[in-house]
Amino acid sequence: MLTYTLRRLVLAVPTLIAISFIIFLLLDLAPGDPTAQLPLTIPPEVRQQIRESLGLGEPVHVRYLLWLKQFFLTEPRFALEAITGWDVAPEGASRVISWQTRAPVMDLVIQRLPQTLWVVGLAYVLGVIIALPIGVISAYRQYSAFDQVGTFVSMIGFSVPPFFTGVLAIVIFSVQLGWLPSIYDTTHRVFDWDSFLYQLQQMIMPVMVLALQTTAQISRFMRASMLDNLNQDYVRTARAKGLGERDVVLTHVLRNSMIPVVTVIALGVPGIFGGAIITEQVFKVNGIGQLLITAIQANDVPLVQTLTFIFAVLIVLFNLIADVLYGLLDPRIRYD
Amino acid sequence: MRLRTVLYGAAATALASAAFAQTDGERGRDGQLNIIYWQAPSTLNPYLSGGTKEVESASLVIEPLARYDENGEMVPWLAEAIPSVDDGTVAEDLTSITWTLKEGLEWSDGTPVTAEDAVFTWEYCTHPEGGCAQASYFDGVASVEAVDDRTIRVNFNAPKPFPYTAFVGSESPILQKAQFQDCLGTRAPECTEANFGPIGTGPFVVDEFRPNDVILLSANENFREEGKPAFASITFKGGGDAAAAARAVLETGEFDYAWNLQLDPSILADMEAQGIGEVIAAFGTSVERLHLNQTNADPSLPPEERSVYIPVEEGNFQSGNQNPHPIFTDPAVGRALSKAIDRQLLVDIGYGAGGQATCNLLPAPELYASTANDDCLVQDIEEAKRILDEAGWTDTNGNGIRDKDGVELSVTYQTSTNAVRQDTQALVKQWWDELGVETELRNVDASVFFGGDPSSPDTFQKFYADIEMYTNNFAGVDPEAYMANWRCNAMPRPDTAWQGENIQRFCDAEYDKLVDEMAQTAELERRGELAKQMNDMIVQSYSIIPLIHRGSPSAKANTLAGVRMNDWDSELWNIKDWHRAE
Amino acid sequence: MTDRDQPEGFPVHPAPGGRVPDIETGGAVPVDFVQDRPPEAPPRSQWVDVWRQFRSHKGAVAGAAFFIFIVLAVMLGPLIWTIDPTYIDIRARNTGPSLAHPFGADQLGRDMLARMMAGGRTSVAVGMTAMLLALSLGTLIGVLAGFFRSLDGPLMRLTDLFLALPLLPLLLVMVMLFRQTLATNFGPETGIFILIVVAIGLTSWMPTARIVRGDVLAIKEREFVLAARSIGTTNSRLIGRHILPNVLSPIMVSATLGIANAIITESALSFLGLGFPPDFPTWGRLLYDATDYLQQYPERVFWPGLAISLTVLSVNYIGDGLRDALDPRIRGR
Repeated sequence: MLTYTLRRLVLAVPTLIAISFIIFLLLDLAPGDPTAQLPLTIPPEVRQQIRESLGLGEPVHVRYLLWLKQFFLTEPRFALEAITGWDVAPEGASRVISWQTRAPVMDLVIQRLPQTLWVVGLAYVLGVIIALPIGVISAYRQYSAFDQVGTFVSMIGFSVPPFFTGVLAIVIFSVQLGWLPSIYDTTHRVFDWDSFLYQLQQMIMPVMVLALQTTAQISRFMRASMLDNLNQDYVRTARAKGLGERDVVLTHVLRNSMIPVVTVIALGVPGIFGGAIITEQVFKVNGIGQLLITAIQANDVPLVQTLTFIFAVLIVLFNLIADVLYGLLDPRIRYD
Repeated sequence: MRLRTVLYGAAATALASAAFAQTDGERGRDGQLNIIYWQAPSTLNPYLSGGTKEVESASLVIEPLARYDENGEMVPWLAEAIPSVDDGTVAEDLTSITWTLKEGLEWSDGTPVTAEDAVFTWEYCTHPEGGCAQASYFDGVASVEAVDDRTIRVNFNAPKPFPYTAFVGSESPILQKAQFQDCLGTRAPECTEANFGPIGTGPFVVDEFRPNDVILLSANENFREEGKPAFASITFKGGGDAAAAARAVLETGEFDYAWNLQLDPSILADMEAQGIGEVIAAFGTSVERLHLNQTNADPSLPPEERSVYIPVEEGNFQSGNQNPHPIFTDPAVGRALSKAIDRQLLVDIGYGAGGQATCNLLPAPELYASTANDDCLVQDIEEAKRILDEAGWTDTNGNGIRDKDGVELSVTYQTSTNAVRQDTQALVKQWWDELGVETELRNVDASVFFGGDPSSPDTFQKFYADIEMYTNNFAGVDPEAYMANWRCNAMPRPDTAWQGENIQRFCDAEYDKLVDEMAQTAELERRGELAKQMNDMIVQSYSIIPLIHRGSPSAKANTLAGVRMNDWDSELWNIKDWHRAE
Repeated sequence: MTDRDQPEGFPVHPAPGGRVPDIETGGAVPVDFVQDRPPEAPPRSQWVDVWRQFRSHKGAVAGAAFFIFIVLAVMLGPLIWTIDPTYIDIRARNTGPSLAHPFGADQLGRDMLARMMAGGRTSVAVGMTAMLLALSLGTLIGVLAGFFRSLDGPLMRLTDLFLALPLLPLLLVMVMLFRQTLATNFGPETGIFILIVVAIGLTSWMPTARIVRGDVLAIKEREFVLAARSIGTTNSRLIGRHILPNVLSPIMVSATLGIANAIITESALSFLGLGFPPDFPTWGRLLYDATDYLQQYPERVFWPGLAISLTVLSVNYIGDGLRDALDPRIRGR
């Protein structure tokens, strides 16, 4: 397993470079222009100058290599300097600069991470924590009232998109009842109990809307997988051996049912970093999802490229983690 | 505890203190102001990004020599007075203009503002590698000199009948030389700190700037006017959508001011009925219009011919077009299409307070607005049918669509993606259906439509459709450059990489002559006449059908006073005078 | 015996039905040849069994009935309710339910019932087709990657790539490259339909592939697969008879979630101007448009929201029933 992991890690490097190149080509091919959002009062000659100042005059491979160099050579040294305070940042070297803000992309990402992790991350954790027991109980008591209600709620929850549930929550809790703020304050700092309470207040709605989606999805997979396993012969054997029901379900069945669930959970984790575009927009959380969508709309190629690449790294990493977990959950799975 | 109670409580406290303060008093007496722009500013340097959101947020901090007030009249801002030919501050031959700074002006860091700062700003924006978004404000400027500490002279290459471009309006404010002197040209993006926190002369200073998210500002202690601004701090939040921004001001009261609320008027009216705030609108020169393609946009044509004006004599546009549109070169069709539209209904459904029906391309300022075309304001479908019948467009093959010489009256109608525009499309399509004109609708994502990418078939410049709809306007109050958009040689075509402003490919030698004449006319009245004449020529050619004179609807809380809604300059132009109402 | 075996293909327990495939030859042989059970029960096809089991699943029957109802309503409804969904009756705008407009009329006075039916036709068609495309693609890639070790690496890296591609630019590129070609070859509406279905299908198969692969990896190491392999079962038969039926449950869940996902994604595409023309209603689009009117006219969000939810719910129950019906251990109990 260790050699497998190492081999996969080594293989990940060329894979990621290939992915980054394909993303770059895709963004280059996509129609759109960084001056698209400027008012029409700005004349074409000026637009052309703006494009050139952004380096758009260069051929695509030159721009790609520049990005590679900036991302892999320059950025890490700036990061190191920022963390340790050592003077290692290269003098005069250009960092990855966002076209919209003309500021280093990584600074933007770091600025956006807290609210994304708070809201999207918490929602994901919460969603998974709620989903697993729901899935287990729904399967164990298949077609019970609990199962039926769970199915109904999770299906409705999944099929009604956040652009609707989010607005509905705002209308009820912010407009009608006046309990919760409808606009997330990203500059809010938690330092005492009251500020913590406010943080809770502003987080409740987006977290709930997002957790509903996660719960719906994961509980369905958990339930289906548990159902597959509950009827297996080994369950009968375990019961026959006199194992307690709790042991049978939670140790044997659950463990054997986790493979698809682990896959789904691992697929969702990079999404935490990717943010939640619509939910962030609805609640004005302005996290990474909002950063990505505004960058796409503004054709801010360096920012989109960097964000998607970080996203790709996480995807490769978490899919690897899932693969390793398969081996732990079911030792019969061999990779070599 | 209910949040609303808290908010009301806070508002009440603010009110109580405001009651003593009146309209003048101590600086920062009214506490906190919350503004929401649902599109968030990405930088505070308007020279690096020309978007409205950036320009308007920056206008809290950095200022020009003169601004336009809500009536489109120039008011001196950092300058002592508006220069004119009468007192010799504009040269007799119109080749220079001399501005004098107010006395004792200081930057927010306490250093004096000098003419050198203006000279530097000009150098900054005209640097060839800088990609300055406002470079057109310095068009025709040969040099900017500092005559003395307080006197700035702008010299032009040629006589400039309207010399109030550089340093006028929120798009061309003055930057501090000391802060930006190392940021010229390619180094501009490296100055993140300066771009995100410019030092200015305005009523507020930047405490924290988070691109595309939020700006925290506080009152400028060195502001030149005593007792202003009334607010001690501002939270300038971005993100979300127009409906959410409107809700935050009109329904929950979390915010005091929201910008650009293009929403269904019935929704806005319902929100307003809550009694917390009101919708305000100002009108500039924005007109939502239909462009009728004058060249053939047939999809079967090769790319070098589709929607391309091909002159009869090579290189001579005025010699006529070899590749005309099969339908729209007959102005009767355009006239009928225009007559079939109920503009007032479009306003009622999509624009409300933010729109007025118009028949002109150039609806304002008053001096330039023609009245010759106003009969379009009344919808008359029968009259439209009669026009088509008369012009020979009848349904000869009985398929319900009019035709003439084998050409069916069937058009594609595209616009950018936007709820109001799609509603307008649906309504217009139905009216045209009644006429016997078949319409195929298309909408294109705004970032592609306005993107100008020459490789995309969906940009408004390429115009791969028969009709397209969008809004255009011009900044400031002088229409000279705007009216020059429709010169023959401004047509987008392959050899200009599809750049150009003459979107509908209108070409008329007479029109070009008027453009030239205006560029040499200084007398205001004559300029007005020329502009009207040009407006009438285009409108009566029916290559452009004006629909709606669009204002910018914003919402403000009832507790906010002093707002003078302005579409000629930044909406926040007079924020120094904003205060809490009693 | 610890694992789920299949009714057929496992020599110890031949299916109680018509055909028993012969492992050695890979072909079907006459029933009597290997029948090792007294033939007191009349021979029944396996599918009859499946159908019986499906029928006894109340949820599945209700789901199927509702689904058929939806399909009939959106297909045949417009024949009965003949108002044109794009016809604007400006006097009726923003009116509530009435005899003339049972579901009310929208902000332009278009009949909501007609729009719901027209929208349903598009949404159901796009949802089903895109889901089937994503599902078959995902299952194929998942099974191949899980089963053949040599394909695992390349296919999973491909999956990683697709997971990483930013959706919006990808769609923009697809629309730019193919809209005109498809529109000229298939006509504007079919062209856009193909484009949307392919776009959604191509960008949503990856989770299914990952999930299926994970399950296949585990299942192929189980005893019954080993046993089948040891007697020389061909790979294709091994996959078709032993592996696939055992990964059916997660596929069914993916199908249910996939259809909801496709309907919502379609609305996002149309909203961005990448999908159907603006005067072409779909359920997702109706829901999106109505969200702004949530406070003024709540009934307007109610209908599309309900339609999407119930369709997804019915597909979910059909999936549940199918899964149960195809599981031999449940069937016949």
